[in-house]
Amino acid sequence: MSGSLTIVLILLVFIIVYQIAKASEYATILRDETKVNAQTNRLMAWLLVAFFFLGLWGIWECHEALKGRLLPDSASVEGEEYDNMFATTMWVTGTVFLATQAILFWFAYRYQATEKRTAFYYAHNNKLEIIWTTIPAIAMAALVAIGLKYWFKVTDEAPKGHATVEIIGKQFNWLVRYPGKDGALGARDFRKIDDANNVMGMDWNDQKNHDDIVAQNGEMHLVVNRPVKLIIGSRDVIHDVGLPHFRMKMDAVPGIVTTMWFTPRFTTAEMRKKTNDPNFVYEISCDQMCGKGHYSMRGTIIVETQEEYDKWLASQKTYYAETQAPSVPETNPVAPSADTTKPVASKN
Amino acid sequence: MKKSAGVLAIMSIKMSEVIIQGPNVAHTHSGHDDHHGHEHHEQHFITKYIFSQDHKIIGKQFLVTGIIWAIIGALFSVFFRLQLGFPNDTFPIMEKFLGEWAKGGKLNPEFYYALVTMHGTILVFFVLTAGLSGTFANILIPLQVGARDMASPFMNMLSYWFFFISSVFMFVSLFIQTGPASGGWTTYPPLSALKEASMGSGLGMDLWLISMALFVVSSLLGGLNYIATILNMRTKGMTMTRLPLTIWALFFTAILGVLSFPVLFSGFVLLIFDRNFGTSFYLSEIFVGGKALPNIGGSAILYQHLFWFLGHPEVYIIMLPGMGMASEVLSCNSRKPIFGYFAMIISLTGIAVLAFLVWAHHMFVTGMSPFLGSIFVLLTLLIAVPSAVKVFNWLTTMWKGNIRFTVPMLFAIGFVSLFISGGLTGIFLGNSALDYHLHDTYFVVAHFHIVMGVSAFFGMFAGIYHWFPKMFGRFMNPTLGYIHFFATIIGAYLIFWPMHYEGIAGMPRRYYDYSAWVSFNKFDGLNAFISIAAIAVFFAQLLFVVNFFASIWRGRKVTTMNPWGSPTLEWTTPIRPGHGNWPGEIPEVHRWAYDYKDDGNGNDFIMQTTPLRPGEEAH
Repeated sequence: MSGSLTIVLILLVFIIVYQIAKASEYATILRDETKVNAQTNRLMAWLLVAFFFLGLWGIWECHEALKGRLLPDSASVEGEEYDNMFATTMWVTGTVFLATQAILFWFAYRYQATEKRTAFYYAHNNKLEIIWTTIPAIAMAALVAIGLKYWFKVTDEAPKGHATVEIIGKQFNWLVRYPGKDGALGARDFRKIDDANNVMGMDWNDQKNHDDIVAQNGEMHLVVNRPVKLIIGSRDVIHDVGLPHFRMKMDAVPGIVTTMWFTPRFTTAEMRKKTNDPNFVYEISCDQMCGKGHYSMRGTIIVETQEEYDKWLASQKTYYAETQAPSVPETNPVAPSADTTKPVASKN
Repeated sequence: MKKSAGVLAIMSIKMSEVIIQGPNVAHTHSGHDDHHGHEHHEQHFITKYIFSQDHKIIGKQFLVTGIIWAIIGALFSVFFRLQLGFPNDTFPIMEKFLGEWAKGGKLNPEFYYALVTMHGTILVFFVLTAGLSGTFANILIPLQVGARDMASPFMNMLSYWFFFISSVFMFVSLFIQTGPASGGWTTYPPLSALKEASMGSGLGMDLWLISMALFVVSSLLGGLNYIATILNMRTKGMTMTRLPLTIWALFFTAILGVLSFPVLFSGFVLLIFDRNFGTSFYLSEIFVGGKALPNIGGSAILYQHLFWFLGHPEVYIIMLPGMGMASEVLSCNSRKPIFGYFAMIISLTGIAVLAFLVWAHHMFVTGMSPFLGSIFVLLTLLIAVPSAVKVFNWLTTMWKGNIRFTVPMLFAIGFVSLFISGGLTGIFLGNSALDYHLHDTYFVVAHFHIVMGVSAFFGMFAGIYHWFPKMFGRFMNPTLGYIHFFATIIGAYLIFWPMHYEGIAGMPRRYYDYSAWVSFNKFDGLNAFISIAAIAVFFAQLLFVVNFFASIWRGRKVTTMNPWGSPTLEWTTPIRPGHGNWPGEIPEVHRWAYDYKDDGNGNDFIMQTTPLRPGEEAH
């Protein structure tokens, strides 16, 4: 009932507005039309200028209100370059934005029609065209140069001595796999996937798989200041590993392996201090539409010191032990897995 | 100007006398072919208004269908904005509209994605492609080049009816139990290919594909016709370099469509095969619904290449008509020729060529070869150059003009403002190193909504308000138009400006609810603000709809042939041109489309049909 009442009310408002607008049209004809038109023209010129200044004020207010909610400084060493490049691009485009918008609204106001004015017949000027073709071309070339320098750096091979972690997307959570003491990830085959015992389809004939550790809670542990290369894959549809704090993302495509590497700069604890936020956590977002649970495909990254990482790793069971050899006593894997950290650590 | 209106009024009265004078005069010339002029006038309602072959009627059919779709698409955005702005509230009114998709007034996530998908599909294809270039290519091309109709009026009619059938399929998909397609308007496989992956990938996706395939047919029939008409049917004296920029823009739009839509079509055909016939073009190594699929060796990325090979030119298919119309309206209302006519044509050419060479900038983070990515960075940022040239030419067109702020002029100024704002953020996204973070965040949403959503709409509005007198012989109400303009431009900036901040903070697009995310839930208040602004803008658009339909029957009548004082050919036709456009001979053209100079009779413009004065040089 209230719904239809609202609709009737809205309709009524529209009819009233329409009638008033219509009346003003008749009034224009009754009064001296040229005079009314001149008045309207002046009013519009003023309103455009007002819009421009209100807009500038709005931009300022918007920035003041939101700047505190942006991301903290890049949490990866590589992302710092992103931040610099973003700032440079912002300066270039910001200047052009302000200049062209100011000119647009200024011209609109300055050259509004008056009885005395006649338009200046000015059809072309090739010199001007050349100038404003060349300048943007140079500016763009500079931005391309800066961009590609960074692009080739981050898409190049990960530095030597990097850690390797695999992250696999599935509807709708992330699976994380760490190579065990052998430092290598074993082979996977999607035909071997079994949601109960083999979520990643690891091939148990491959010895490299036996010491791999799989986390299904979407948590990824990384060591601060040590480059890490993510091996990215997907079990079903396309997902995307989005790491806003580290300023990067990469698609997870079924049937294709993609990679991405970076060097975390701050541990989670450091970041909590830095941002004054005890609940701060690095999040992994899915950035490629993947179905109804897309918005809930949340992972987290815990960046910690080498000691903390080693301690955490020591407490983990290999996936093989967890699923294929349940008879192995609980305490057993702890001792060897303490060893597993050694080769990893020695690479540092 | 004032005098000119008087002179024109007299001219138009004389003209209408000619029309009224005797059936013979009007009859023999009004058919597009003089030989069967007589029979032509006894047209049945159905052949005149429904299965019409008159380009003007077909244009109006595209426009009205586009407006209906725009209302549906915008209403969908209101629904999902309610969810985004107020994720913890319920809106019983939504249940009225959406039934069990919004049980208890709370949108179901699957249907949220269906709404987002439909919003994109409807606005990109049905409104801003068919509704925009379908309308204006039809109405303006024959009138502005001086032709009685399109090269093939029958094909032109088919173009609309294929669009109509395509619309019916899409509309039907809204009512099936599993809902319409819900994988995003880009419908990337495997999500869109596998029924197990998402509810919308079932029957809804089949209907989507059928509808889009028909849409491609419509677009090709239209596009070929537009190209043929512009190249072959210009009146005597109408050289290519005397054409108004609207025609140039529509010409390139049609070329882009004709060359890129077939590629999209092939992409869809392969998707249909993968969905129904067990092929593996896009599918490989997939485990879904508890079992491993047999498909091996396909590439999900292949679809993205095929899709964006249309998808990017599509952006320009949407933008170019607006650019052309804004050029026309800016020049006419500044009472000055468009500045740098040739530079405008060259930059249009540059944009059209580059449009085909930048598609992979949508795919920087798909794992594509970084070297390939770098080529696309270069070509993408290169497109900023012709775009900048256009902006500077528009600004210089206004410089030292004598500007009349008619409603279309305001929309053209708004078009330029929004094109600058949205274009500049493209420089961020086109640079792969920045896209590495900004990809698929709200920064992208803000960018493309401003530049090809709102800006293109402003071009369309400028066109509608400007050529409404030609379409219906009446004016739209200017007061409502002014309110519509200011409400829309303020609202659009309020909606999309703050979204850039969300994007810089990494907030991903296409999320149903952000409350579980500590990085993004600090924008809850902002999301509510944006939703309120979006709903306000939605109602402001209804003001336009009311104005549009009421003015068709009740608008102030046009009494002069050339109400805006424009030199182009469409204003030499009668106020309400019949089938065939000119009652007499098609006029001959003697000069370019922007001769805004003193004609010696107190007018500040010279019609294209006016012969050169002795000693005067052609432009």
